[in-house]
Amino acid sequence: MNPRYRPLVATTIIFIVAYVICVSQYPGMWSTRVLGNFLTDNAFLGIAAVGATFVIISGGIDLSVGAVIGLTGVITAIMITRFGIHPMVVFPVVLVLAALFGAAMGAVIHFLRVPPFIVTLAGMFLARGLASVLTQDSIPIDHDFYRLVSSLYYKLPGGGRLSAIGLTMLLTFAVCGFIAHKTRFGSYVYAIGGNGVSAALMGVPVGQTTVAIYALSSFLGGLSGIVYSLYTSAGYPLAAVGIELDSIAAVVIGGTLLTGGYGFVFGTLIGVMLQGLVQTYIVFDGTLSSWWTKIAIGFLLFMFILLQNLVFNSQGPSRLRKGPA
Amino acid sequence: MTETSRAVLEATGITKTFGNHTALRNVDIAFRAGEVHALLGENGAGKSTLIKILTGAYTLEQGTIRLDGEPVSFSTPLQAQALGIGTVYQEVNLLPNMTVMDNLFIGRQPRRFGLVDKRTMERQAREILAKYGLDIDVRAELSTYSVAVQQIIAIARAVELSGKVLILDEPTASLDAAEVEKLFDIVRRLRDRGLAIVFITHFLDQVFALSDRVTVLRNGQLIGTRPISDINRTELVKMMLGKDLALHHGDILAEESEVGETLMSFRGYGLKGKVQPLDLDIHKGEVIGVAGLLGSGRTEMARVLFGIDAADSGRLSIDGRETTVRSPRDAVELGFGFCPEDRKLDGIFGDLSVRENIVIAMQARLGWFRALSRDEQLEIAGNYIEALDIRTASAELPVKLLSGGNQQKVILARWLATDPRFLILDEPTRGIDVGAHAEIVRMISRLREDGLALVVISSELDEVVSYSSRVVVMRDRAIAAELHGADINVQRIVETIAGNETAPAEAHP
Repeated sequence: MNPRYRPLVATTIIFIVAYVICVSQYPGMWSTRVLGNFLTDNAFLGIAAVGATFVIISGGIDLSVGAVIGLTGVITAIMITRFGIHPMVVFPVVLVLAALFGAAMGAVIHFLRVPPFIVTLAGMFLARGLASVLTQDSIPIDHDFYRLVSSLYYKLPGGGRLSAIGLTMLLTFAVCGFIAHKTRFGSYVYAIGGNGVSAALMGVPVGQTTVAIYALSSFLGGLSGIVYSLYTSAGYPLAAVGIELDSIAAVVIGGTLLTGGYGFVFGTLIGVMLQGLVQTYIVFDGTLSSWWTKIAIGFLLFMFILLQNLVFNSQGPSRLRKGPA
Repeated sequence: MTETSRAVLEATGITKTFGNHTALRNVDIAFRAGEVHALLGENGAGKSTLIKILTGAYTLEQGTIRLDGEPVSFSTPLQAQALGIGTVYQEVNLLPNMTVMDNLFIGRQPRRFGLVDKRTMERQAREILAKYGLDIDVRAELSTYSVAVQQIIAIARAVELSGKVLILDEPTASLDAAEVEKLFDIVRRLRDRGLAIVFITHFLDQVFALSDRVTVLRNGQLIGTRPISDINRTELVKMMLGKDLALHHGDILAEESEVGETLMSFRGYGLKGKVQPLDLDIHKGEVIGVAGLLGSGRTEMARVLFGIDAADSGRLSIDGRETTVRSPRDAVELGFGFCPEDRKLDGIFGDLSVRENIVIAMQARLGWFRALSRDEQLEIAGNYIEALDIRTASAELPVKLLSGGNQQKVILARWLATDPRFLILDEPTRGIDVGAHAEIVRMISRLREDGLALVVISSELDEVVSYSSRVVVMRDRAIAAELHGADINVQRIVETIAGNETAPAEAHP
């Protein structure tokens, strides 16, 4: 087997084993109802994590996603409740704004050669600060359209509900998986993650691609913000604090190499589901503190980084070549 | 290969300066279709600067470049590539994490309905590689193939994209003999297809095996371009090292060799892929000069002796006792010192003061818990600044502000402070002015008189001759010969480097 599939396969096996263990303890977890809730509850995290997957495959990092979720939620809420604009108009506007925000970060990263960590950290403070200036409080959204969307679902066999936002997440994974593996843009993302200098010498438009990667990440952050506002029926400036780190964890657990070049969008879905599974288990148990989720995630993350080290270091030195002498 | 075949790429009057350093001075060179043109020169000769100008990595400041007779200018490698100049670097410059076909096509993948058409790409990739006698799974990741295969893929990509001029920058450096032969076959086939091929290497055998013409650069100047049939090895080495042998008759012969008792002896000491097993005895109060071209294994040997790259075969005994050197720490423990070739990269700590640079090896030897007090440090540093005549305003000046020669002396002082028995100096006079040259040479002789054993690597043959009690000549990563007594003269060294032994070289003692 190609060693680059190993982390992905490992994650999938761990997910299945973990699910079997959960079901053996709480047979109630074996139902489409639980699965449906799974998807709904983790939709915003999943969408944000898809963006993080692209960023991390390209060798970068995006710390601003959580703040972008908060900011887009607040802007959406204000535009709908204070200005009375219809959500169907608000959504595209907010998504374009988010994408522009990401594009600006990408441009700074590429053209001014500032490390992505710093740029997106600044982006995080900017977005979170702006959201808090706009409002200190949670703004409830009471709109017919929101009620309509929240009530929409596809009834799964067994009584489970695939909600509109759960479906949005699955669609995001499908579309972005397609982009990553079937388009030129996707191949450029992998190329930059493999070796940016070589990629540039080989004719990959590194600048454009970098801008597009961060624009995509923030666009998905914006989408995630909209989903979050649908999920909570409110816009809150301190929403989704730390989600950027959860999404990075999901990406790495899903088999993407943190240093770039290798990874799968599908793996991130498993990474998100694994996090959701741990949460659901804790809910079923009822006695454990919800902080055990973090401990479990920390443990998994550590394990996967060790696993990746083993896999990629056994592949020989050719991976280490960087740039012309 | 006749004089009438047309020049595809022609550069005239190329001059390039960095600050006040002239890297290339008025160089003219022309590459013809259907010809392999070797480009030779030692470190700092200006080869890589010239290549970078021809491939668009550096911008052209002075001079003209003509492609097919038309003046061209390009400011990025991409533009040069599009105009027909493709380059393959020593370190394969591809994407190890992507498939072979991606590597061949990235930036111009065939598309269907806006999506990458993998089926067409796979078919075309197979067709391209078939021309190079390569039948491999193009959907596999590049990193699953050997460097030799990666090299061929890089060549295929460069030829597909550019197709007029192919620049091969030390393509054989990490290949074994069979792989080199295969690569040469491919290069010859490309030459016969009418490409102009520029071949950069340090291996003279390969120059004679493959090229039609050869150009030598030295110190940024064009020394000459000759058809390969008109030149022999010795002449080529002379051109590279810049030795007018007639002037060097009657050089001072070195001191009686093998003074003092045996300090250490290396037996079968080597490291696979770097240095072939070598036998070497080193005596107290002796300077062993090491001569050889770049890539002959001279620096690799120094690194193995000092334990930077630990030897994987052979034995070492010091004062008759068996011992091992697995790391520079072990080496320092045994009283070794090493001044590396690239001071700036491996030697000095530019931002630290002269004092700190001098005491650092001594402190490392003492360990964490016996810190030298500031006064002790100042005294030690002061002693060496005086003894070696280091020109610095104070011991507290950052060492990067000193001249090259004085930086070299600081590194020397660092090792002398550890009271070594054995010092390895790699190119101690590189990049320092002429006055400082003489001083370093004098210092080497003085250290020898003090009973130190030294190994000095240098491409300045006059210097090697003046201070060595014995000269070791390296070729193809092995000791080619050891020269003693009257054999230590520039003429003899050049001949040995070139591999034309006029008289049988003396075997190892």
